[in-house]
Amino acid sequence: MQNESTPVNFWRWFDPRNRSIGTWAFILNRITALGLTLYLFIHLIVLGKLAQGPQAYDDFVTLAHTPVVKFGEMLVIAGGLIHGLNGIRIAMTSFNIGTAYQKQIFAGLMVIAVIGMIIFGWKMFGA
Amino acid sequence: MNNEKWNVTFIVTRKKGDEAPRTQSFTIDVDPDEYVLDGIERVWAFHDRSLVFRHACHHSTCGACGMRVNGVEKLTCITPIRSVTHDGGTLRVEPLRNFPIISDLVVDMGEMYARMDDARSPQVASVDQSNLGYEKDPEDGGDYERLVDCIECGCCVSACPIALTTPAYIGPVVLAGAHQALEETGAPELLDYVDQENGVWRCHSAYECTAVCPSNVDPAWRIMNLRGRVIGRRISKLFIRA
Repeated sequence: MQNESTPVNFWRWFDPRNRSIGTWAFILNRITALGLTLYLFIHLIVLGKLAQGPQAYDDFVTLAHTPVVKFGEMLVIAGGLIHGLNGIRIAMTSFNIGTAYQKQIFAGLMVIAVIGMIIFGWKMFGA
Repeated sequence: MNNEKWNVTFIVTRKKGDEAPRTQSFTIDVDPDEYVLDGIERVWAFHDRSLVFRHACHHSTCGACGMRVNGVEKLTCITPIRSVTHDGGTLRVEPLRNFPIISDLVVDMGEMYARMDDARSPQVASVDQSNLGYEKDPEDGGDYERLVDCIECGCCVSACPIALTTPAYIGPVVLAGAHQALEETGAPELLDYVDQENGVWRCHSAYECTAVCPSNVDPAWRIMNLRGRVIGRRISKLFIRA
C-alpha cells in the first residue's frame, strides 16, 4: 500500500504545492498544535523555577524581557490565535454550519488572527 | 479548423512489478485543445506500447481515467492540455496516491469498492439528491431517479491527506456514498457505520476531496452533514430513555 504511516507520508502533510486553501488550514493547524504543545512543556519547566527560590525566578523574568524571548512569546500568541480561530471553523463545519463557505470563513478568521498579532506585537514591542 | 500544435513533454510515472516507481519523458506534438488522456494515448500508440493506463468512456462518466496531472487529481479525459501546460512545457502524469500501483498509471481500487459496498453506496438515487441541479418537469413534478453523481474515480481519496497516512480511514468516497444511502433509505445503521474512529471523525477538514471532485459530489459537505447528524443523534439520546 502507498498510504502508510511512514515518515515520508508524514512530511507530505506539510507540502501545500498544487493544493487548495483547505490544505493551508490543515498544515497551519498541525504546526501551531505542535508549537503550542512544545510551549506547554517549556511553560511548566519555567513554573518549576518557583520551587528553586525567588532569585532563580527573578533571573528568568530578566531573561524573559530580552527580545529573543519576547519574539518567542509572539510566536505563542500567533500560534494560539491561528489554532484557536481555525478551531472555530472546524467546530462550525463539524456541526454542518457554514460548510459551503469554509474557505471564506478560514480567510476571514486568519485576517482576525493577523490583526490580533499586530495588536499584540504593538503592545509588546511598540510601547 | 484549428491546426495549432504544441510541443509538450509528458513526464510519466512508470512502475512494473516490484520495481520502484520512476519517471520517463516523452516529447510529442499535440493539439492543445485535446485532452490529457489523448496525449497519453498518443504516447502509448506512437512511443511505448508497454505503457499501462486505464480509460473507457472519454466523457467523464466511467471514472476510469483519474490520475494526478501536475500534482493535482484530474479526470484526464476532460482536462484540456491547454489548461495544464503551455507550448514547450512539461506535463507530469502520475497514478493516484493512496492506492497500490498495479502498473504504471493504474492503481488497485478493490478496497475502495469493497468499502463502498459496506456503506451500501447506491448506484441510483433521486434527482433531489444530486448537487448538479437537475430540473424537474413542472408538468408532473415526478421524483425521478438517475445514476448517482459519484463516478468512483478515486480522485478524492488520492487528494485526502488523512488517507495518505491512515489506511484504515474509510475515506471520503465511502462516506459520501454512505451519506447518499442514508438520504435514500434513512437506515439508522448507516450512522453507526460512519460514527467510528476511522469514519467521519478521522476527517481533518482539509476539504481537498471536494476541491478535486470532478463530479460535484462535494464529499466534504456530505462528511460534515453526517457529523451533524451523528452529533444530533447523540444529543437526542441524552433525552430519550432506551
